[in-house]
Amino acid sequence: MSSAQIPPAPVVIELRGVSKRFARPSAEPFPVLEGIDLTLHEGEIVGLLGRSGSGKSTLLRIAAGLLAPTSGTVWYRGAPLAGPSEGIAVVFQTFALYPWLTVLQNVELGLDALNLHRAEAAHRAQAAIDLIGLDGFQSAFPRELSGGMRQRVGFARAIVTQPLLLLMDEPFSALDVLTAETLRTDFMDLWSEHQLPTRSVLLVTHNIEEAVLLCDRVVVLGSNPGHIAAQIPVAVSRPRDRMDGAFQAIVGEIYSILTTRLSAALKSQSTLRQGLAPHLPDVSVNEISGLLETLAAPPYEGTAEFVKIARSLALEINHILPVAAALHLLEFAEVTGESMKLTAAGRVFAQSGTEHRKQLFREHLLTFVPFAAHIRQVLAERDDHRAPRARFEFELEDHLNTADAERALRVTIGWGRYAEIFTYDDSTRSFALAAG
Amino acid sequence: MNPRNSAAAPLPLHGLPAFDARMRALGRASHAADAGAVALLLALMIFLGLAARQMVSPLSSGHAPPIDLAPSSLPMYTLRTVARMLVALLASLLFTFTYATWAAKSRRAEQVLIPLLDALQSVPVLGYLSFTVVFFLSLFPGSALGAELASIFAIFTAQAWNMAFSFYQSLRTLPVDLDEASRSLRETGWQRFWRLEVPFAIPGLLWNTMMSMSGSWFFVVASEAIAVGDTRIALPGIGSYVERAIEARNLAAIGWAIVFMSIAIVVYDQLLFRPLVVWADKFRVEQSAAQPRPASWALDLFSRSGVIQGLRGPVQGVLAHLARARLALPGGHRAMTERPRGAGDILWYGGIAALLVCLGWYLAGFLRPALSMSDLQAVALDGVLTLLRVIVLIALASVVWIPAGIAIGLRPRLTQYVQPVAQFLAAFPANLLFPVAVYLIVQHRLAPAIWLSPLMILGTQWYILFNVIAGASVFPTDLREAAASLRLGSWSKWRRVLLPGIFPYYVTGAITASGGAWNASIVSEAVSWGNTRLSTPGLGAYIAQQTAAGDYARITLGVAMMSALVVLMNRVVWRPLYALAERRTRLD
Repeated sequence: MSSAQIPPAPVVIELRGVSKRFARPSAEPFPVLEGIDLTLHEGEIVGLLGRSGSGKSTLLRIAAGLLAPTSGTVWYRGAPLAGPSEGIAVVFQTFALYPWLTVLQNVELGLDALNLHRAEAAHRAQAAIDLIGLDGFQSAFPRELSGGMRQRVGFARAIVTQPLLLLMDEPFSALDVLTAETLRTDFMDLWSEHQLPTRSVLLVTHNIEEAVLLCDRVVVLGSNPGHIAAQIPVAVSRPRDRMDGAFQAIVGEIYSILTTRLSAALKSQSTLRQGLAPHLPDVSVNEISGLLETLAAPPYEGTAEFVKIARSLALEINHILPVAAALHLLEFAEVTGESMKLTAAGRVFAQSGTEHRKQLFREHLLTFVPFAAHIRQVLAERDDHRAPRARFEFELEDHLNTADAERALRVTIGWGRYAEIFTYDDSTRSFALAAG
Repeated sequence: MNPRNSAAAPLPLHGLPAFDARMRALGRASHAADAGAVALLLALMIFLGLAARQMVSPLSSGHAPPIDLAPSSLPMYTLRTVARMLVALLASLLFTFTYATWAAKSRRAEQVLIPLLDALQSVPVLGYLSFTVVFFLSLFPGSALGAELASIFAIFTAQAWNMAFSFYQSLRTLPVDLDEASRSLRETGWQRFWRLEVPFAIPGLLWNTMMSMSGSWFFVVASEAIAVGDTRIALPGIGSYVERAIEARNLAAIGWAIVFMSIAIVVYDQLLFRPLVVWADKFRVEQSAAQPRPASWALDLFSRSGVIQGLRGPVQGVLAHLARARLALPGGHRAMTERPRGAGDILWYGGIAALLVCLGWYLAGFLRPALSMSDLQAVALDGVLTLLRVIVLIALASVVWIPAGIAIGLRPRLTQYVQPVAQFLAAFPANLLFPVAVYLIVQHRLAPAIWLSPLMILGTQWYILFNVIAGASVFPTDLREAAASLRLGSWSKWRRVLLPGIFPYYVTGAITASGGAWNASIVSEAVSWGNTRLSTPGLGAYIAQQTAAGDYARITLGVAMMSALVVLMNRVVWRPLYALAERRTRLD
């Protein structure tokens, strides 16, 4: 699919066949993005959605010129992009303000590269500050400001350069719900009233409703390696209402794409299960038992749709999906399409006491997570029943990049400790067989 | 805490009533503040001018007038010493900004410069002096400038290394988001350096500068009264004054020197470091306001004075303009993931290897005729003796100061009084007290082998104390309350709660104390009082004696042995402990 606008608006930036692999110390480069083709036209806000690890932030950094793609080209204003360029500005999730500069100085920073006259620069900075609603805070330091005001400075610093392309990396996700909503509304007001010089916006987010609320088109990224799974135009008139039927329909469509992709991914994973490489979801045993208990209890009685259960728990779908994946992996539940269903073991788990739960979890962990069974077996084979962490790190790094290997090991340690199949001592960084 | 006037905001905020009231209050205070601030500034300028003129112009004959022991000459001596320290400090900063930046920005340079810095840091200060003094004297024959430079260089070697290390560390640990912001804003290398890298490094750098200053006070005697072989120099300064007083067995003069040294340290602290600490507070990246803000009356005075504020605007404007200049320095950003290899690398490492072989060859040719196996044995034995002393003394100091430090740190009011004293004692050059110790040892016929040892740690033990106090005073209240509510016995409270809580702080203090003790061994294992000379076998005494005799081969041997031992102790003891402390106190 592609966004067919009539007539097609001029192109602002175009990514053609972009792939990114990260080098690893002792293994093949790790692919993060594969064959991305993405075009941003004038006048549109494009949302980039995907699970964590799907490479959406990497993609944004490539578009910003902060990272160079391993292959493929980014075309900007008719030439390949070779680094941060005039007309492209970034808003960061963590705000990235210089703590030692005042609000005004931080905003003026954006203008340095433009070689403006002093008076012109001061004028522009003041205009940006007025526009973003920071007037009166010019001489404040970032540490004196609330999160929302800090991100306003982040916005002001970006738009003061009058960028054609604005790249936003989860700009609202570090803010509380109310503040985020205010900032979103203010931003949309500026955009719809054409008060911004910006022609096109790329917004990375993990919040589906946010994407549907703000964007003209939502690009869904799939994982391992990141690729474009779907592009969904959001043809809902503005201002948009979350309760509106058309709005809800699109949110539902994206939910189902994400969850279908989840069950598809889980299916392919179970065929891979014999291999060692564990794509373990990063969830704790507490979250696993919490979801199991919720599923077993009324009104679900063992079956639930993701959308419903996410909403009733006031969670974002991104928090539910990994837990669901863990239940599926451990065969406590089965994920199909947009819903999940408890297995017999899952039902027993939900109704049992601590000791029985541990026993059940141990059996399932050893059966369905080969890596956990592998650690257990190595420990059992050794005379002193001990093994250094590094031994397993090396094994994992044949299949995963360093961060993923670290995460897989952390999750396995958490689950293994609960199941009491081994103990782990962080001061000696070694595993030992659990006593008894 | 009463609200303090923040000197950090250059523009007045409009429209906020509380702020307006403060501005009005400032207006009232401004005349008195003007008078005070301007007087202070003028006095500083006059003093510095005096010191600078004397340093360059007189004594062209090459014969320094003898040091005068009259207390009335001490103010001028103190001033000369203070000025030398300041010049060395500027040199250290320059070194830091170039050397550390180069190391942080070039992978090839890093692999050579950082191990080299580690080695430079472990060489005792006197080691540099013996080899460079002749060179500096030959630069300006017949003028005092050469001797001044030698002295300043000696002070520099006591200051520069840890400052450079701190700066390098900061550059390598820039927060990823600030780095990306800087690149996305297309700052040039020059802009990035002054806007991002230097500000981010300032808190750590300032702390290390203060430590460096204390370190160089300690060598004030050795760096002014230079005695290497036949070369004898006594530059006018408080160090030479002390040396002369020791020769003349003049206890009263020592007392006067201690008084003036104390004044100098307090003035340095109040007029230079306090204001800088307050100013540097805004460069902390953690954006919480949990810890109490430091305060400085001198900075308050300056920021309250209208005249100074009026001068400040243009100065600040010029500096900001300079920092904004779009100079393209090479290597603004260094890609962390890319590891290019190729012909350039081979050439680079080949060249370095060749250089090392040549140096080794030359050194061997220099040392082999002069040294024998028995020299090596003697040095090794001395090294072991000094190593034992360092270990025992650190252990003793820990046993005493950990409980004391915790007890003090848990009582905020007491901390308020004790902490500045501990910091002052750490900065005070303890070797000014050595003559007193020698006097006592001789009077009471004590065994030098035992009673000279504590002198090594006399000055550096305070690092343990004030770090432990700092750790105990920021010990989380909830953890203490939990311990109380669990009704832990006092032993398990200490073992399970308090000691692990202050452990990282203790390790920081102990590392500094141990490094200082090694350096101090050279001046504390062999001491004199007039013509009474006391010494005890050890590596410090060995180096001191060979320096006095001007035996370069044996100085080299001794210095190399000490460097090796210091590096070994860092690798085997302190780094693992530090890593453990870092890992244990994290909660994620």
